[in-house]
Amino acid sequence: MDNLSVFLMELDWSPLWISLKTGVAATIICFFLGMIAARKVMEMTGTAKAIVDGILTLPMVLPPTVAGFFLLLLFSKRRPLGIFLWEGFGIKVIQNWLGCVIAASVIAFPLMYRNARSAFELVDINLIYAGRTLGMSETQIFFKVIMPTAGPGIAGGTILTFARALGEYGATSMLAGNIPGKTATISQRIAMVIQDQDYLTAGVWVVIVMIIAFFVVFLFNLIIGKTNKNLYIW
Amino acid sequence: MGIDIEIKKRLSNFCLHMSFREDSRRIGVLGASGAGKSMMLKMIAGIEKPDSGKITLDGKELYDSDAHINLKPQKRNVGYLFQNYALFPNMTVSQNIAAGLNGDKEKVRSRVSEMIQKFQLIGLENVLPGKLSGGQQQRTALARIMAYEPDMILLDEPFSALDVYLKDRMQEELMEMLSDYKGTVIMVSHSRDEIYRFSDTLLIVDEGKIINHGSTREIFARPETKAAAVLTGCKNFSRAEILDVHTIRATDWGITIKIKQEVPKNTCYIGYRAHHFVPIWGCREDNCIRFELLSKAELQFEKNFYVKPEQENFDRDAVITWFVQRDKWDELKDKGSPDYLKLMEEDMLFLR
Repeated sequence: MDNLSVFLMELDWSPLWISLKTGVAATIICFFLGMIAARKVMEMTGTAKAIVDGILTLPMVLPPTVAGFFLLLLFSKRRPLGIFLWEGFGIKVIQNWLGCVIAASVIAFPLMYRNARSAFELVDINLIYAGRTLGMSETQIFFKVIMPTAGPGIAGGTILTFARALGEYGATSMLAGNIPGKTATISQRIAMVIQDQDYLTAGVWVVIVMIIAFFVVFLFNLIIGKTNKNLYIW
Repeated sequence: MGIDIEIKKRLSNFCLHMSFREDSRRIGVLGASGAGKSMMLKMIAGIEKPDSGKITLDGKELYDSDAHINLKPQKRNVGYLFQNYALFPNMTVSQNIAAGLNGDKEKVRSRVSEMIQKFQLIGLENVLPGKLSGGQQQRTALARIMAYEPDMILLDEPFSALDVYLKDRMQEELMEMLSDYKGTVIMVSHSRDEIYRFSDTLLIVDEGKIINHGSTREIFARPETKAAAVLTGCKNFSRAEILDVHTIRATDWGITIKIKQEVPKNTCYIGYRAHHFVPIWGCREDNCIRFELLSKAELQFEKNFYVKPEQENFDRDAVITWFVQRDKWDELKDKGSPDYLKLMEEDMLFLR
């Protein structure tokens, strides 16, 4: 027992903070972009809709390393966007924490986008029309009618986005690398210590990840369960 | 004053083109499903935009494509009662009623409580719409509209989602609640009973066009077109050929009809309501159809007979429907099936 507490005291906790920071940042980005994208795609029709929806959903079905490959190409300091960011603003994406955030955002984005879209699509359009004919402004309608109705779906999407961003590995390792104290997230740390045969450290991180993951799913069920309480179980 | 409309809109299966002016305060719009009735209401409310045209309400221009006027629904002050009432599911009855009210909190509160009283919603102030009965939902939706003091109220098939046994009660309630409303009300429906009960003026809509416009009682008594006759509930039609000013041949029924009045010149069809046939036993009289019984249906208060007129090129569409009400059942039982069905001149509909 004493050994364990000494071990925990001496453990480098930075992966936890890096992962949490990345998760929160990516979730905030996905939350807004996902909702905006959901609204825009809802307004589209036909082939354009199918194509845009396909592209936005792609990161969810591709292996993360494939997404990582494209991100690497895009942000490389030898390519236009990378050169522009580095020379124009001094922004470095590769081998940097920003890379963690971008990789996690891209991979987790489809979860937010798809959940937000199905939540929005379930809002009865007559509620919006009714709001308009009653003289409510579009902002009032959004916050008082659409958000409360679509709220649980959006909250669920946000939680799943956070969970996915927190555990991102493939694209992150390619784009941000595994620099201790800077870009080494929990998942990357686990992979690294396993290579060194350090099963104890890996095990501790695995337990921590499982606790966080369970808590997140538990929260998700709590929120979604609230809206579904009138359903019959078959 | 009143409403003045002239609108065009291209829809997927036809071109909607409606134009009317009406000062009456209770307007009914009757038409089959998909005839463009709801679309017209949505364009008046500003939810849908016409391709071109003009909408004026009591002198206020709501839409004018030439002058580039297109008031937002928020500025039109037109109340819209949706088929499913569209109550906000996350708000209580009070909050729903207050949804469209802005400004001084105290004023909003007193306005809401006034509506709660008027629409008999006392005790339900803090209930969510999901827990209300159909009637309570309708009253809440109407209270929400009335709180906002609209210049006009649009009722979009208000009873179509209800059980039959509730309908009559709710229609009565709605009429009562609207009785002291001074503005124009337009009700859209495909139910002739609802429209007959509610409206003074009637518009009949078919494929995006107004095919009939006039007093409700007048149109029900004398629909001028076949489409209008169908919508007002007439069941029997025959193609017609005018022979001379007082005789006309009903080709599908195989009879020649003689009448005292002059046959209207543009008559193409003769219509006859199922309740109006007179059974004849024995000798043939004028304007009688000889028939063969095909089938019958027994209902609680009437019997429906489906008969085939005796004639050579019988067309399945020419089956005649004859409704017999309860008080005539004994006579039929005593005398057996009649030999002829007689058409009375005053009940014949001469249609275009």
